[in-house]
Parts: sequence; C-alpha cells; structure tokens
Amino acid sequence: MGASMGTSKIEERYDRNFNTLSLEEQKTLGTSKVVVIGLGGLGGSVCEMLARVGIGHLTLIDGDVFEASNLNRQLLSEERLIGFPKAQAAKNRVNAINSEVKVRYFIEYLDESNLYERIKDADVVMDCLDSIDTRFKLQKSAQQASIPIVSGAIAGVAGQVTTIFPDDKGYELIYGKKGRKQPKGVETRTGNIAYCAFFVAALQSSECLKVLLDRGDILRNKLLIAELWTNTFDIMDLV
Amino acid sequence: MIKIELKLFVTLSRYLPDNSGSLEIPEGTTVEKLIFDVGIPKELVKLIFINGKKQNRSYQLKNNDRVGLFPPVGGG
Repeated sequence: MGASMGTSKIEERYDRNFNTLSLEEQKTLGTSKVVVIGLGGLGGSVCEMLARVGIGHLTLIDGDVFEASNLNRQLLSEERLIGFPKAQAAKNRVNAINSEVKVRYFIEYLDESNLYERIKDADVVMDCLDSIDTRFKLQKSAQQASIPIVSGAIAGVAGQVTTIFPDDKGYELIYGKKGRKQPKGVETRTGNIAYCAFFVAALQSSECLKVLLDRGDILRNKLLIAELWTNTFDIMDLV
Repeated sequence: MIKIELKLFVTLSRYLPDNSGSLEIPEGTTVEKLIFDVGIPKELVKLIFINGKKQNRSYQLKNNDRVGLFPPVGGG
C-alpha cells in the first residue's frame, strides 16, 4: 500500500474500529486535540495508541533525549536513537503510523512559564510526567484553561490512573497538599517494567477516548490501581 | 480483637505481616497505630484505602475492613 495510504478514506483506515466506535465518533476523534506531556514509558505508548485510534491533532512535549536506560520500557526508544529528542521521535512515529494526524512537537520541559500556552487549545491533556511536582503545576494550568487531565503514574509493576476535571481537587487527593517541593515517588527505587508502562498507557488512552466521546465510565475522583505481581486491579473512591 | 484484611503495595509489601488476609488487631486500632505496629515507617505511606474508599490515618478500624496502603507513585 505504502504512501497512498495517507489519502485513504476514513472508512478504510478505521475499518476495525467499527462498530466499537461509530463513524460519528470516529469523526469526533478526528477533530479532537490532545496534548501529551512526557514522552517516556507512558507517553510513548500513549502517542502510539492515540495515533492509531485516530485522534486528529496531537501536541507532543518532552525536553529529554533518549538514553540507554530507556530501552527497557519506552516504546519510542531505539538503539539508533540514543541522544535523539523524544519529542521529535514521537512526531516521526505518529506520522509514520498515521500521516493524517496533525502533529506539533516541542523539545522543552514545561513549567509555569509555558504550560498554559502549550495546553490552552486542547480538549484533553495526557499527564505522562515523571515528576509529582510538575503534575501539580500542570493541574493549575489545566484548571485555568478548563481542560481535563488524564493522569497515569507507574512504579515497578504497579500503576495508577485517574481523570481530573477543572473543578476537581485532583492530585491533592493522591499526593497530599502541595508542598514547596514534592518528594519523588518510589519509582526512583523500583524502576519501571515495560509491560506495566504499556498497560497503564493503555488505560490512559481509554480514558482519553471516553472523555472525548462522553461515553462509558470515567475515573473522575476515582483512582484505578493495579499491581501486577498480585493481579490486583481496584478502583478506589478518592472522595 | 477484630480481624482485618491488609494489603501493602509496591515498596510497602516487604512489611506485610503473616496472616495479612485475616489479621487480628485490638478493637479501636487506628490506621496510624496499625502502620506503627506493622513496622512501616510512617512517611512511606501516602494513600490509605478502607473498603475501596480513601480514608485518613485517624480512621478507627472495624471488623472485616479491607485495608490498602500505598506509597507515592509518580513515575512516567
């Protein structure tokens, strides 16, 4: 098929999305704008899934470049890409999968100075960050911009997912009141295993679609917790 | 005495006592006291869930409560 695929009709490309998704829903996804912040273990897989499912506009942000220690879990990392910017690799991957996706990418870290600007036009922000401190900053900006956040976090073979709407308390319910500097999570000691990262990224992608399509059960004020050694899968009430 | 089910996640799992599926504790025990008695450094516990709902450390445990304790998880 090759290059001609880019001009495919929506019915062809997304044939196997039907009728889990309706054509109407597929078109909604095609006009949706999603920002993915953090393109490591979670964000790389999130990009892959959102591109394949047919999100029309993706903004991909990470200031980092690949290093050897990413290869154990980060979908976008390859040996030949060591030293290469993650955001640029993400753009290349998304467009290799689905050239119809409009991609913007930024090789930069986010803080109070640029967060609002980067997310303000989005329908959903995907929090794939590895810093609890930056998650709080993201929530503040997303509240200002009235944008929901789908948040994932991992450590070892454990993970958690929640969806935060602008009026919600959000991270405070999970990490406690924001201190001046949030400590790192236990992932600094456990590392992260590939299948857990992919699994949590899949849950995040599913939440993203449900928010965009206003369909299904959304993890609002709830925390889905998974631990894969014990096959624990629970949804906890945060309020 | 009452019986509870205790689950400890991620880095806390090393503190899991024997019989954690049906752990005997004195009536009136708070989560704070449970954390102390099991020997978990209190700063390691970030989230407390009782019967699937978030609670705080002063919660008094009841017979057949299902208790889950989590450390902070923030990796991406």
